[in-house]
Amino acid sequence: MSLLHVLGFGVKIGNFFWMLCCWFVSWFVDGGIEDKSSLLAGSVGDPEKTKMTTMKKKNKMWFWNRISSSGLKIPSFSYQFPGSVKFNKTFWRNVVIGWIVFWVLVSIWTLWYFSSHAMEKRKETLASMCDERARMLQDQFNVSMNHIQAMSILISTFHHGKFPSAIDQRTFSEYTDRTSFERPLTSGVAYAVRVLHSEREEFERQQGWTIRRMDSHEQNPAHKDDYDPEALEPSPVQEEYAPVIFAQDTVSHVVSLDMLSGKEDRENVLRARSSGKGVLTAPFPLIKTNRLGVILTFAVYKRDLPSNATPKERIEATNGYLGGVFDIESLVENLLHQLASKQTILVNVYDTTNSSQPISMYGSNVSADGLERVSPLIFGDPFRNHEMRCRFKQKPPWPVLPMMISLGMLVIALLIAHIIHATANRIIKVQEDCDKMELLKKKAEAADVAKSQFLATVSHEIRTPMNGVLGMLHMLMDTELDVTQLDYVRTAQASGKALVSLINEVLDQAKIESGKLELEEVRFDLRGILDDVLSLFSAKSQQKGVELAVYISDRVPEMLIGDPGRFRQILTNLMGNSIKFTEKGHIFVTVNLVEELLESIDGETASSSESTLSGLLVADRQKSWKNFKAFSSSNGHRSFASSPPDINLIVSVEDTGVGIPLEAQSRIFTPFMQVGPSISRTHGGTGIGLSISKCLAGLMKGEIGFSSTPKVGSTFTFTAVFSNGMQPTERKSDPQNNNQPIFSEFRGMKAVVVDHRPARAQVSWYHFQRLGIRVEVVSCVEQALRYMKTGTGTVNMILIEQEIWNREADAFIKKLHKDPLVQSPKLVLLAKSVDSSIDALSTGIDPPIVIVKPLRASMLAATLQRGLGIGNRETPQHKGPPALILRNLLHGRKILIVDDNNVNLRVAAGALKKYGADVVCSESGIKAISLLKPPHEFDACFMDIQMPEMDGFEATRKIRDMEEEMNKKIKNGEALIVENGNKSSWHLPVLAMTADVIQATHEECLKCGMDGYVSKPFEAEQLYREVSRFFNSPSDTES
Amino acid sequence: MGLVKMQKSLQDYTKSLFLEGILDSQFLQLQQLQDESNPDFVSQVVTLFFQDSDRILNDLSLSLDQQVVDFKKVDPHVHQLKGSSSSIGAQRVKNACVVFRNFCEQQNIEACHRWLQQVKQEYYLVKNRLETLFKLEQQIVASGGMIVAFEPGF
Repeated sequence: MSLLHVLGFGVKIGNFFWMLCCWFVSWFVDGGIEDKSSLLAGSVGDPEKTKMTTMKKKNKMWFWNRISSSGLKIPSFSYQFPGSVKFNKTFWRNVVIGWIVFWVLVSIWTLWYFSSHAMEKRKETLASMCDERARMLQDQFNVSMNHIQAMSILISTFHHGKFPSAIDQRTFSEYTDRTSFERPLTSGVAYAVRVLHSEREEFERQQGWTIRRMDSHEQNPAHKDDYDPEALEPSPVQEEYAPVIFAQDTVSHVVSLDMLSGKEDRENVLRARSSGKGVLTAPFPLIKTNRLGVILTFAVYKRDLPSNATPKERIEATNGYLGGVFDIESLVENLLHQLASKQTILVNVYDTTNSSQPISMYGSNVSADGLERVSPLIFGDPFRNHEMRCRFKQKPPWPVLPMMISLGMLVIALLIAHIIHATANRIIKVQEDCDKMELLKKKAEAADVAKSQFLATVSHEIRTPMNGVLGMLHMLMDTELDVTQLDYVRTAQASGKALVSLINEVLDQAKIESGKLELEEVRFDLRGILDDVLSLFSAKSQQKGVELAVYISDRVPEMLIGDPGRFRQILTNLMGNSIKFTEKGHIFVTVNLVEELLESIDGETASSSESTLSGLLVADRQKSWKNFKAFSSSNGHRSFASSPPDINLIVSVEDTGVGIPLEAQSRIFTPFMQVGPSISRTHGGTGIGLSISKCLAGLMKGEIGFSSTPKVGSTFTFTAVFSNGMQPTERKSDPQNNNQPIFSEFRGMKAVVVDHRPARAQVSWYHFQRLGIRVEVVSCVEQALRYMKTGTGTVNMILIEQEIWNREADAFIKKLHKDPLVQSPKLVLLAKSVDSSIDALSTGIDPPIVIVKPLRASMLAATLQRGLGIGNRETPQHKGPPALILRNLLHGRKILIVDDNNVNLRVAAGALKKYGADVVCSESGIKAISLLKPPHEFDACFMDIQMPEMDGFEATRKIRDMEEEMNKKIKNGEALIVENGNKSSWHLPVLAMTADVIQATHEECLKCGMDGYVSKPFEAEQLYREVSRFFNSPSDTES
Repeated sequence: MGLVKMQKSLQDYTKSLFLEGILDSQFLQLQQLQDESNPDFVSQVVTLFFQDSDRILNDLSLSLDQQVVDFKKVDPHVHQLKGSSSSIGAQRVKNACVVFRNFCEQQNIEACHRWLQQVKQEYYLVKNRLETLFKLEQQIVASGGMIVAFEPGF
C-alpha cells in the first residue's frame, strides 16, 4: 500500500520535473519572460491528481509546440552575439546563478509545504481523537446522570411516597449494586434526607445514630486508610441537616454524615434543590479513598413540581438529596482503555468553571510539544464548565520524504545548471576557437598571397642578373677554351637557360595562383600557331625519327579570338612532354570542335594499331576526356551545350612514348610532381608545366585530361573555349576559299596521296587541302596509277609516303617508264627525317621533291613552290608564308618608325620596305607625335620604347589622347571625316619595338595603349603575327 | 684569282665570322633585306653603324673619364650601342654591351672602364672583319660576280 503511494508520488514528482524542464527549455529558447507565479501554482501548488494530469497534458502540448517552433530559433539565438564573447559569458553566468537561486527557493518552499501539510494532518488526527474521547465521556456521563435522576424518582416514590418506607439501607445498597452497570461513571450512590433541626432528635432516635459532620476529613486527607467513621464528631447544631441514610456499598462509609457540613457538598445540595437539576461539584478529594472525584447531586421532592417552579417552592418541597460520586480519574482511565491508540495521545480533563484556574480532573501534567487540542465537555450542569485537552505523546517524526524530495529537486536543478554551464562554456569555447581559426585562416591567406608576391618579385629580380650571367657565359664560349672548359661552359649555360625558363614557369604559376593572370582577347590563326609549335619541335622529332603530325578539323574556324600565347604554351608543354618521352613512333596533334567529336563519338571504334599514324598502339583517346564535365552524359543526353559564338575546341596530343606509370597518374597535375625523382635527371624539366597547363586550360573555360598506358603511350586532351574570329561575310564564302590567299598559286591543283594508313593520309590530305590542292587518297601505287589514267582532270603530283617509296620505288618507276602518262605528275616524297630521304634521290626519272615531316603549310608551300617552279618571287632562302603574307599585308601601307638609334631605324625601315611598306622614319617621340596628330595617313607605327626625352610609353599615351579627342569631335560632328575616307574613329596600331621581351614590359606596353610588341631585331614570323592582327587582308589596303 | 675561288673564299670568310660568333643570324636577315631595289643596303647600314658607334664610344670614353661619372648619361649610350649592334647582328659587341650595362646599373666605375675597353675591342674586331668582308664582296662585284647570300649550313 505504502509502496504504491510512494510510486504514485514518484510519478507525480517525475511529471513535475518533466514539466519544469519543458518550461525551462522553452523559456531558455524564447530567451524571454514567462509568468512564473502561474507556473508555480500550476505545477506545485495543487496536489490534486486530476488537476495535475490535465496540467500535464496541457503542458506537453505547449511544450511540443514550442519545440517545433524553437527548432529555428536556437541557431538564431546563438547568432545573436557572434562577436561579443564577453557578453555571452556574463549572460550565461547570470542564467546559471538565477537558475540555482530559483531552485533553492523552490526546494525550500517544497520542504515547508510538505511539512506543514503533515502538521495539519497531525492536528486533524488529534482533534478527531480528542473529540471522540470527549464525546464518549460526555455520553457515558449523561447516561449515568440520567440513571441517578431516575433513582431519585425511585426514592421519592418508594421511600417518601410509601409509609412505611419500602426502601431501607439494605434494599438500597442491593439495588444500586445491581444497577451500577447503568451508571458506568459513578463509583457510588448515596441518599441523604432533609432533616430540620426540630426533627433531629426524632430522626436520630429513629435511625439509631447521630448526625455527624465531615469537615475534619477535608482538613486531614492524609490518612485515608485509617478512616474511622465513629471518630467523627457529631454535627453541631444547624438549621437543617442532610444526613445520608442510604448508600451503595462502595460508599457506605458516608451513612450518617451530614452533607451540609461539607463545603462542596453543601453548596451542591443547596444548588441542586433550588434548580431541580443535576448539579456537579468541583473536583475534590473524596472521603476515604481520597481520590479526586466529582459529586453529582439531585434533589428529591415531595411532590411533582412544575418545570417553572420557583427556587423557594423547590426548597420547600425538598425531601432529600441523591448524590452520585464520580471517580473521574479511574473512570476516564477505564474509558480510554476501551479505545484504540490510547498510547499515542495524552488526555487531560479540566474543570474550567474558574477559567483562570482550571482544576485538573484527570491526567498528568507532562509537558509535551505545543500541539494541543481542547474539546469542551458538557455534563449537563450549566454552572460548571469542563474541557478535555489532548496532546500527542511522541514528538512529530522528521519529515524525511519532503526533505528527500526537495533535496532531489535541488540535485536535479544543480545538475541541469551544470549542464547549462557546461553547454554555455562549450559554446563560448567553440566560438572562440572559431574566431581563432578565422584569424588563422586570414593569416594563412595573407601568407599565401605574400608567397605568391614573393615568388613573383624574386623571380623577376633573379632574371635580371641571370641575363648578365648568360651573356657572360656566351662571351666566355667565344674565347679560347679547351674542350673540357667548353663543356663546362656549355653545361653552365644550359643550366642557366633552364633556370630562366623555370623562373618563367614559377612566375606563371605564381601569377595563376594569385589570380593575376589574365587572358588576352585577340584574333589569331590557330593553324598558324600549330605550324609554329610544330616547327619548334621539328628538329628534335627529326633527330629522334619520331613522326610529328597535326590535323585540324575543317570545321574549326580559320580565325579565333582568344589568347594565342597561352594556347601555344599549353600545346608546347604537352608536346614537349611527349617528345621528351617518345623514342619511336609518332606524336599526333588533333584539333576538333567538341560538337564534332560528340557527333562521332559513338561511331568511333577502338583503335587498332593499323589505324594510328605510325602503326604503333596508342593509349585510348576517349579515356582521356571521360572525366570532362562537358562530356558527362546523363541518360544518353549529353549535357554539353555551347552558345553559338563560342568555339569549343578539343585538342589531343597523342604519343607512343613510355607512358605514365599507373601509380603516378593521380598526381600528374600537381605542381613540381614528376613521375619519379629520376625523371628530372634523365629528361630535365621541373614538373610544373602540366600544372600550369591545367590552370591555363581552366582559364580558357576548358579542362584537361589524359589517358596513358605504360609502354604504349599517353594521350593528353584539353578543351578550350574561344570565340569565333571570322567575320560573318568571310564565313559565307566558298569553303575552298578558306585558305590563306597566299597559297593561291596552288589552287586548282590535284594530287594523289599514296598511303595505306588512313590516319597519316588524313594528315597529308589536311595539309595539302590547306594549300588549295584537291587530294585523292589511295592505299597503294597501283591504285594511284589506275586513278591517274581513269580519273578526270590532270593530276599534278603524286604524294608518296617514304615507307611505300622505299618498298615500291623501283616497281613504280618501272611502271611509269613502261606506261608513261600523258602529263607526268611531279613526285613528292613525304619523308620522316632528312637522312632517310637521301637514298630516294638515286632514281632514273625526275628527282622527286622531298618533304621532310612534320608537314607545315608554310614549309610545304615553299618546298612545292621550289619544286614546281611556280610563284618564285622569293629568294630561295627566304621561304615560308610569313614573308609572303607580310608582303601582302604590308604592301602600300604607310608606316612610321620611331627610334633614336639610327642603325636600328635603318634596319627596321629596310625590313618593312622589303615587304613593300611605305616607311617614314622619326628619331624622337616628340617628332612622332607631331606627325601622328590626326588626321594623318599612317597605317601603323612602330615605336622604340627606350628613347631619350620622351620614351615610347609616353609618346603612345599622347597619341592615344589626341586620337580620343579627335574621336570625340567626330562623334559630335565637329570634325569632318573627309581626310581619311573610311575612318569613323581613330586608332592607330602602335607596336612597341623592344629587345626586352620580358613579360612585364609587354604588359606595360598594353597598359599605355600599345597594341602589341615586336622584338628587335625584327623576326619575320613575329612581325607577321603582330601585323596580321591589324591588317586583315590586302584588299583593305586598296580601299 | 678566279671568280669561283673568290666566291668560295667569301663563303668561307662569312662562315668563319659566324663560327667565331662575331655575327649572328640578324646579319643574315640584314642580307636578305638587300635586293635589287636596295642593292647597297647592308653596307649602308653597317657604315651607319660604324659612324654611330665611333661617336658613341667616343662619348662613352669622355663620360667615364669625368671625375664624377653620371651614369644616367652613360646608360643610354650603352643601350644605344647595344641596340644598334644587335640590329646588325654584331653579337659579341651586343653581349659585351649587356654586361657593360649591368655594371652601369651597379655604378661600378672600375668595371665600366674595363668593359668599355672590352666593348671597344669587340667593336674594332667586328669593324675590321666586316670591312674585310665588304672588300671581298666589292672585289667579286668588280670582277662581275654575284654575291650569293650566305646560307648557314652548320
